[in-house]
Amino acid sequence: MDNKIEDIIKDKINEDDLHLFMKGTPLLPQCGFSSTVVQILNYIKVPFSSTNVLEDENIREGIKEFSDWPTIPQLYYKGEFIGGCDIIKEMFEAGELQEELKDIIKS
Amino acid sequence: MAIKKEYLEQIIINNFPEATINIIDLAGDDNHFSLEIRSKKFNGLSRIKQHKMVYDALDGKMGGELHALSIKTLSDE
Repeated sequence: MDNKIEDIIKDKINEDDLHLFMKGTPLLPQCGFSSTVVQILNYIKVPFSSTNVLEDENIREGIKEFSDWPTIPQLYYKGEFIGGCDIIKEMFEAGELQEELKDIIKS
Repeated sequence: MAIKKEYLEQIIINNFPEATINIIDLAGDDNHFSLEIRSKKFNGLSRIKQHKMVYDALDGKMGGELHALSIKTLSDE
C-alpha cells in the first residue's frame, strides 16, 4: 500500500477513540451495513468520528488492505480494528460492545 | 455481479468439510446472502479471526462477485 494512504488512514484512526470507515455519512449512510453500525453506536450513545470511503477510492481500497478485511464498514477503537457490521452487531447483542466501549459511553 | 448459492455452498464445504452450514439467499437475487457456520476450526479464535478464515476461503470473491454476505461464525466445542 502507498505510504501516504497508510499515513492518512493511521491519522484518521487516531483522530478519536472511536472511528468508523463507512459508506456515506452518519446522517446519510449509503449502505445498509454502514447504517446498522451507525444506529448501534447512536443507540449506545457513544461519540465517534467517521470517514466516508465513497469520497476517496484510495482510502476505500487502502483500508481493506490495512486491516486485511475485505468489507466496509470497519470500526476502530483506540487504533485497533474491532469489527465489521456482523461482528459489531453480534457484540452489541451480547452486551460485549457496551462493555468494550464503557470508558467512552456518555452516561 | 452475482454468485449462485450452490456455488457459494460448495466453496464453503470444500474449505470447511467438518462444518455445519446454513446459507440463505436473502433477496433471491444471487447477491445478498447470509451464512451461518459452525466449525471446530473456530475454537478458541477471536470473531475477527473466524470471519477472516471465511473470507480467506472465499479467496477475494467478497466485495467482487459476492456483493453482500452476512456471516455468523460459531465454534464447536
